Amino acid sequence: MHNKSLTELAADLRAGTYTSVELTQHFLDRIEQYDESLNSFITVTPALALAAAAKADVQIADGTAGPLTGIPMAHKDIFCTDGIKTSCASKMLDNFIAPYDATVVEKLKQAGMPILGKTNMDEFAMGSSNENSFYGPVKNPWDTTRVPGGSSGGSAAAVAARLAPIATGTDTGGSIRQPASLTGITGIKPTYGRVSRFGMIAYASSLDQGGVFARDAADCALILSAMSGFDEKDSTSSEVASEDYVAALDKPLQGLRIGIPAQYFDEGLEADVAASIKSALEQYKALGAELVDIKLPNTKLAIPSYYVIAPAECSANLSRLDGVRYGHRCDDPVDLEDMYKRSRAEGFGSEVKRRIMVGTYALSAGYYDAYYLKAQKLRRMIKDDFVAAFADVDVIMGPVSPTTAFKIGEKSDDPVSMYLQDIYTLAVNLAGLPAMSIPVEAAAGLPVGLQIIGNYFDEARLLNVAHQFQQATDFHKQTPQGFGA
Amino acid sequence: MEWETVIGLEIHAQLSTKSKIFSGSSTAYGAEPNTQANVVDLAMPGVLPVLNKDAVRKAVMFGMAIEADIPDVSVFARKNYFYPDLPQGYQISQFDQPIVGLGHLDIELENGETKRVGVTRAHLEQDAGKSLHEDFAGQTGIDLNRSGTPLLEIVSEPEMSNAKEAVAYMKKIHTLVQFLGICDGNMQEGSFRCDANVSVRPKGQVEFGTRAELKNINSFKFVERAINIEVERQIDIIEAGGTIVQETRLFDPDKDETRSMRSKEEANDYRYFPDPDLLPVAISQALRDSVRAELPELPEQKKQRFMDKFELSAFDASILTSNRALSDYFESLADATGEPKLSANWVNGELASHLNKAEIDVTDSTVSVEQLSALIGRITDNTISGKIAKDVFEAMWAGEGDVDQIIESKGLKQITDSGAIESLIDEIIAANPGQYEQYRSGKDKLFGFFVGQVMKVSKGKANPAEVNRLLKAKLDA
Repeated sequence: MHNKSLTELAADLRAGTYTSVELTQHFLDRIEQYDESLNSFITVTPALALAAAAKADVQIADGTAGPLTGIPMAHKDIFCTDGIKTSCASKMLDNFIAPYDATVVEKLKQAGMPILGKTNMDEFAMGSSNENSFYGPVKNPWDTTRVPGGSSGGSAAAVAARLAPIATGTDTGGSIRQPASLTGITGIKPTYGRVSRFGMIAYASSLDQGGVFARDAADCALILSAMSGFDEKDSTSSEVASEDYVAALDKPLQGLRIGIPAQYFDEGLEADVAASIKSALEQYKALGAELVDIKLPNTKLAIPSYYVIAPAECSANLSRLDGVRYGHRCDDPVDLEDMYKRSRAEGFGSEVKRRIMVGTYALSAGYYDAYYLKAQKLRRMIKDDFVAAFADVDVIMGPVSPTTAFKIGEKSDDPVSMYLQDIYTLAVNLAGLPAMSIPVEAAAGLPVGLQIIGNYFDEARLLNVAHQFQQATDFHKQTPQGFGA
Repeated sequence: MEWETVIGLEIHAQLSTKSKIFSGSSTAYGAEPNTQANVVDLAMPGVLPVLNKDAVRKAVMFGMAIEADIPDVSVFARKNYFYPDLPQGYQISQFDQPIVGLGHLDIELENGETKRVGVTRAHLEQDAGKSLHEDFAGQTGIDLNRSGTPLLEIVSEPEMSNAKEAVAYMKKIHTLVQFLGICDGNMQEGSFRCDANVSVRPKGQVEFGTRAELKNINSFKFVERAINIEVERQIDIIEAGGTIVQETRLFDPDKDETRSMRSKEEANDYRYFPDPDLLPVAISQALRDSVRAELPELPEQKKQRFMDKFELSAFDASILTSNRALSDYFESLADATGEPKLSANWVNGELASHLNKAEIDVTDSTVSVEQLSALIGRITDNTISGKIAKDVFEAMWAGEGDVDQIIESKGLKQITDSGAIESLIDEIIAANPGQYEQYRSGKDKLFGFFVGQVMKVSKGKANPAEVNRLLKAKLDA
């Protein structure tokens, strides 16, 4: 049953083929059996999951169930969960149990989805390989010597290995799309403001956006309908009404105009990844779409812009982690300053410290104009590139990542080479656009993801474009070896 | 050398909103520690601020009252520093785009002249919590009830030239914010507090001297003292050949001194940047219109109206409009009695002194407008004299009943019957033949003696005007 789509699972639950308790137990068993080799979960919550499943079974029996009732899922450990540890994969929050649910968690709970557990990630969502976790690296189910991507690597690995039907993620610079690409699953990062950030631990507030990993676009559509929408607890959440993403899936692609940015096919892109992407684009042509050459001239500015803005915001966002009210506090502080310094030095990992320092520097008196303000100007230019492009095309396509999954440890000593992993994804966050990664033809046995970028609040079209491709191909149905039939 | 002082004030007025500026917690004062702090005030991970629209309205109203520029868009910024009572590790404040721009205010100087003081800006921000150092041996307690309470920081231009002007400005703002109903003005509870930037320079010099910022001044009296002490300190240093260091100083009212908290070198780099959790605040025309419609009559306008309508002196009108509740009390009283001057005397006299003595606000007065109005009615209809009325007021204040009850039960009704007064006069003349003779032989001054005697035997109840008239007739007959 772990290879079924959400629609199929929901139909089976309704038909009584199995109960939610049985389905949930099945996934819990798979986590028990396989996660030791993947390390995709930080916390597994069998008792809570089964209790929620039992409640869902009652709803299914009495006819009050919704389309997702009884289907278990997992949350990235960045979403606060009432009564379940939320660590953000940091020693700093290893002891933290929130007394509230993130809006996303609350919505999916209301939809009747039992929570299997909380998934591993890069500490505070900072990383592209999931090696920056206090709980150890996550491994790629396709090759456990390789990374699953990051920062939502645990969610991606869990869904790829079918340890959960779907899992939430967050994407600040590519943290949903890149791991989806490297693990061969479908992931969507919605428009900034589409999904509430309340209860989602902030890394870079103006870039962070919650989203989801699933087997395919149809499952993403179902989940996104349930988790998106305006939230009065998040001032930056949008009042633009959510659409019925499922209803839009079946629209044919005849006449679709796909923008192909030359800047996304530069020398940094590995040849076999480029070949897979080009072959997918040919498939789109066969589906009736038209490929249009476009220019996103400021693409290269995304990295310097992002690596000023994101650290600047995180340097303030992480200030609340001071050892005073919750989280890690050092032993026997001699005074206040000692408590701050040691609690934070002990609680944060090296990548987090690096970004806090970069951000603090960029905001300092005398440097603010040269770094932060300049980065904001670049951000505006990057956004303007996209706005101009969308005047002429419906979606933009290109690679998600310049490479397939790399070896664990391969880039961990070279932050800049790690940052280049996100060269094709960062600009989307800076512009606030929605984007997806869908699996296309593998390269040397490792998954490759096609990035589809949509216009603002055009998630329905994005999902439709992805779904039509998946109707015509079966890349999304490929599963890694070693995780049962 | 002659010295000139330059003073600018930063006033923090706590806005009287029901809930906090970025969370739904109550702002009520005096609750048990940490009972009015929710997950947002505690800055738990993942929580987000949501702007309280009422705080925006109140800030805009203040801006209108000082005829300030109110920009279309203002921006919240994070002011970064670590302190245990600042849960976020940054204060949400405003930096380069405050909600209220340049405005002004007129203050009255001691010589009766008016001086216009510029208000540079006013911005919204959240208050911090409180650190409690006394209650825990070797540790500091944190109370976050105040964390997130809305503040309006009102920054003046450096345009005041002595402590008295600074106090006049501060009082003016204090009156204004209470009139507007945007701040309760309670200085004991910290709802209204002030920092003063003070510098001195040789008279005639254009450039400012190096300034010191005086923190933690929470009364009008302390502002005056702190500034005067600081000015003296600065002049002493310069005259002794020293230089002033730019620094933050704390005023200690117990020791009557200011002392250094931190120098400019030790000052924090606050690393302000726009808060990405909050959208820029747009001040629409509709909002402006609706706030303007709610804008109450301002103290200045009310004072002028009292002078025009009730023919009050500037002095009386000024006192009566020093406080909105007092001005409301007076106006109701004047309208009810039709005796504005008498009403003003009573409010500024007996009522004010009783309120001061009891240390209560006019809204808590035990003597209501209706009661005082009835009392004034009994003076004007000659039932009692003004002097007796004070005794009746005293009894009403003590809760002994209404005016007529008290007059009745204490037998205070004025004697106006001329026959009765005449017989009293006859008695007095008969009892004091010596004085009568002296008066008759030209010692006019003794008239006062006879008046006093008549009032004494009547226990103050004889109508003084009648006593005068009849006594004159008898003695001069």
